[in-house]
Amino acid sequence: MSAPVPSPQEAETLKALLQGDEAAFSALVETYYSPLLRLAMAHVPSQAVAEEVVQETWLGVLEGLPKFEGRSSLKTWIFRILINRAKTRGIRERRYEPLSHGFLDDEGNEQPEQEYFLASGPMSDHWAVLPQSWDAATPERLLLSKESRTQIDAAIASLPPTQRHVITLRDVEGFTSLEVCNILDLTETNQRVLLHRARSRSERYWSPMCKDLT
Amino acid sequence: MTSKLKQALMSYMAGNMTCKAVTNVITDYLEGALPFWDWVRFHMHLGMCFGCRNYLRQMKQTIKTLEKLPSEPMPPAIRDELLKRFKDWKR
Ligand SMILES: [Zn+2]
Repeated sequence: MSAPVPSPQEAETLKALLQGDEAAFSALVETYYSPLLRLAMAHVPSQAVAEEVVQETWLGVLEGLPKFEGRSSLKTWIFRILINRAKTRGIRERRYEPLSHGFLDDEGNEQPEQEYFLASGPMSDHWAVLPQSWDAATPERLLLSKESRTQIDAAIASLPPTQRHVITLRDVEGFTSLEVCNILDLTETNQRVLLHRARSRSERYWSPMCKDLT
Repeated sequence: MTSKLKQALMSYMAGNMTCKAVTNVITDYLEGALPFWDWVRFHMHLGMCFGCRNYLRQMKQTIKTLEKLPSEPMPPAIRDELLKRFKDWKR
């Protein structure tokens, strides 16, 4: 899939950066800090290392900028640099090799497990135990309490890297599916499958905590 | 056509979807990527199944919670360092 070229707005930013406009650089660094840091976290062992990877990424961006030919969008290009650096750094830190990642890799099936459903009879593949309502578990309440916030972060951290990238960019950071496909070099279908697995797994991870809230 | 007949016809055209099948296509549904007849089956099933209605609500709550996670703030030291590098770079 070919990434779209820089938007008119990005072309402006690009021009400003090449002219040495500090405000433009500062704004860009600020806007992308959170998603860049979160993506790096999928590959390295600590927030401190992830912060270093983000800084290295910007140095890489500055180095490449005069030669940046606009064959992809600026955003896609920056995020791809980050992912490459984070992967390299992760290998160097000997951390998060594929098999150490929980019990499933990116290909693992993350739907509710078979024991959720009746195995036989006229109602087979229907719920064995009906899902509860989570009325008390509002996002505001979950994010306010330290325990549930820890669980939320732990669910995301337990995901294989590509699933983690997809759910972080789509749901946490609000990127469009097209942007995510371009950054991660995925087809629309593949992106949707990874998003599905990541969301299903998060739902399953939080389910005991959400059911217990009243 | 009476509404009962219409419903019976729809039901026949749509066929059945199991709870497991609903959970499998829930993201396709939320992403607007379900083919038309699957979309109809999905809705027919939801109309009849309390468990799947709850599951869909849980999934929407999961997504909303993710959307509301606060951004990671940039430490001032990193901003200062990067701006310094940018000034050096433009020379
Ligand atoms: Zn059902």
